[in-house]
Amino acid sequence: MSNILEKIQETVSTNDVVLFMKGNKDFPQCGFSAAVSHVLKTLEVNFTDIDVLRDPEIRQGIKDFSDWPTIPQLYVKGEFIGGCDIIKEMFQSGELQELFKSKNIIS
Amino acid sequence: MPIAKKDLEKLLQGNFPEAQIKVVALVADDNHYSVEIIDKIFAGKTRVQQHKMVNIALKEILGDVLHAMQLKTSAS
Repeated sequence: MSNILEKIQETVSTNDVVLFMKGNKDFPQCGFSAAVSHVLKTLEVNFTDIDVLRDPEIRQGIKDFSDWPTIPQLYVKGEFIGGCDIIKEMFQSGELQELFKSKNIIS
Repeated sequence: MPIAKKDLEKLLQGNFPEAQIKVVALVADDNHYSVEIIDKIFAGKTRVQQHKMVNIALKEILGDVLHAMQLKTSAS
């Protein structure tokens, strides 16, 4: 168990933008995952996609890691930013663009 | 085991007595809701922290009695 949390910590520390999702960025298997993936693509953000459906340990582990009950989950430079509702809201308000700019992920 | 709209409203209002709360049924199955909570106790907290406060308040029913909830929170 602690092993999986360490693995997740390493993944979010070594990749600037990580999306834990159902399916992958090319073939999302859930509408909420598809929505967040679409937002990131629209902003031309390069991101690492982790398909939780391929690994039940990660699927549960990511919920324990963030203390957040649902998938998708977006991490930017190691920080948990939010799930689908939060990301959509931040995108609509322009806050998400600002966040990526301030972290030097998009220009 | 769904939850009626008025029961969800009552539960939320009980946990956030000062808040302005809006609950909208997304599907008429007592199981899919959109919830908007405006409460000054959210001031200075990140969205993730705000949503976690709501999740804790609904811990007993989330995922079981209540299948899906769209959530929006703000301080004002």
